[in-house]
Amino acid sequence: MTNLGRRRLIDRLMRRLAALAAGLVVLPLVVIFGFLLYQGGTAVNLDFFTQLPKPVGEPGGGMVNAIVGSLVLLGLAGLLGLPAGILAGLYLAESRDRRLTWLVRFLADVLNGVPSIVIGIFAYTVVVLPMRGFSALAGGIALAIIMIPVVLRTTEEMVRLVPASLREAALALGIPEWKVILRVVVPTARAGMVTGAMVAIARIAGETAPLLFTAFGNRFWHQGLDEPIAALPLQIFAYAIAPYDDWHRQAWAGALVLIALVFLVSLVARFATRRPGGA
Amino acid sequence: MADGIRVLSLSAWFGSQRVLRNVFVNIAPNEVTAIIGPSGCGKSTFIRCLNRMHEVVPGARADGRVLLNGEDVYAPGTDPVTIRRRIGMVFQKPNPFPTMSVFDNVAAGLRLAGVRNRAALHEAVERALGQAALWDEVKDSLGKSGASLSGGQQQRLCIARALAVGPEVLLMDEPSSALDPIATAKIEELILELKKDLMVVIVTHNMQQAARVADATGFFLLGELVEFARTREIFTSPRDKRTEDYITGRFG
Ligand SMILES: Nc1ncnc2c1ncn2[C@@H]1O[C@H](COP(=O)(O)OP(=O)(O)O)[C@@H](O)[C@H]1O
Ligand SMILES: [Mg+2]
Repeated sequence: MTNLGRRRLIDRLMRRLAALAAGLVVLPLVVIFGFLLYQGGTAVNLDFFTQLPKPVGEPGGGMVNAIVGSLVLLGLAGLLGLPAGILAGLYLAESRDRRLTWLVRFLADVLNGVPSIVIGIFAYTVVVLPMRGFSALAGGIALAIIMIPVVLRTTEEMVRLVPASLREAALALGIPEWKVILRVVVPTARAGMVTGAMVAIARIAGETAPLLFTAFGNRFWHQGLDEPIAALPLQIFAYAIAPYDDWHRQAWAGALVLIALVFLVSLVARFATRRPGGA
Repeated sequence: MADGIRVLSLSAWFGSQRVLRNVFVNIAPNEVTAIIGPSGCGKSTFIRCLNRMHEVVPGARADGRVLLNGEDVYAPGTDPVTIRRRIGMVFQKPNPFPTMSVFDNVAAGLRLAGVRNRAALHEAVERALGQAALWDEVKDSLGKSGASLSGGQQQRLCIARALAVGPEVLLMDEPSSALDPIATAKIEELILELKKDLMVVIVTHNMQQAARVADATGFFLLGELVEFARTREIFTSPRDKRTEDYITGRFG
């Protein structure tokens, strides 16, 4: 009986500790969100979403060009990075060539560890210099390179999680292997793959360093993908180090919008991948 | 010409481990054939060699001839895909496609083989579900996820899925070992019904099951086919001492 009592006590203690740990994990997010709301909440108004930045010193204005710019950059990066990452991940999961897959996996992990500013320099060298100018395209390529290893590894993991029994069931129906992969394996892994893609998008949404000498930033609307383009992280950086209180408030507001964007992406991913019938 | 399956000197390996040794056997058409033996003796490997599923495992290979109605399944240039359409398979654990509805599960084989015609698909699905004795239970919920059915229903769904592509042979690898007695009885009833339309080869570790459903029974031990005979003979007057030991429960 004393034994049972002790076990109950330990059980209660551990439950409390686990709850505390969970709280500690969520706490930074809550604090950051609250702080951003407090500092930048007042600057988030209709103007912020509809107006271009005002000239230096003038109060008011917004960040519509940076918001749209960030969306354009994320779109470009997704367009280039998602197919490459997903196809490579599928290849890694399905190929039987051990040595080549080992090499690709190793290189992807290395690429994942390369500091993003280095990837920015790389994009600067191979895109900006030959094109003779900063551009949205260069920024999109830099972000895509950062995305690829993340998407690749999550895709591979998710495809590997598909039970072999499903693959066998499909093969035993007399379905060619490539169709088994496309029509049975991929749909089964889809939820995880979409989550991986969203994590990758969220990861690059806040990247600043690789955009410094690729997308460069722009106080006005960009005229084309071969032109410098504004992006929220760049604009936040520029406003935060400027000496104007109004700009500081807008920088906080920009950060708030950026976090909301990431939050929204995660939320959409959750709902998009819910299977009928739960789970 | 339906003369069943003739297996000539079939051997199989996983890497360098040989798990089947020179198996010779004739499996008659329009019969149910049971494969029994202690676990690990090569029962699954044997039936997986018949529809060329053995080679799906990395490092696995087979050698010998398997004649399906006279045609060598292992003839050079033969596409395993076409063989698997003629020899369907049901596995030990029910494995419906979790992302597909009941209907889509049954239609999968035909759809992925390029059949688009909705009427033809509907007809095939209804026929296959009927053959698998599942139609009455699911006809009002064809859109439900296949994974939402009970274990026994899922296994019959898998049987329907295999039947929908119109195979000449159905291989079943311990199809009821994960099911309760009532679901098992339904599957056995169904096997006797299926016998009218196609060959059935069933692996079972349950000797009563073999006695109940099979016309012929083969006993495997350590990768060898020790004895193959009419089921009644195997269970009443086995010719080999090892068969007798096994069926009287002296090992295994
Ligand atoms: N995927 C595999 N890789 C390596 N060896 C295997 C594999 N599957 C089965 N084996 C081996 O092959 C032998 C026969 O297995 P199996 O045909 O599954 O036997 P049974 O179905 O009669 O239980 C066993 O010794 C088993 O360990
Ligand atoms: Mg087995």
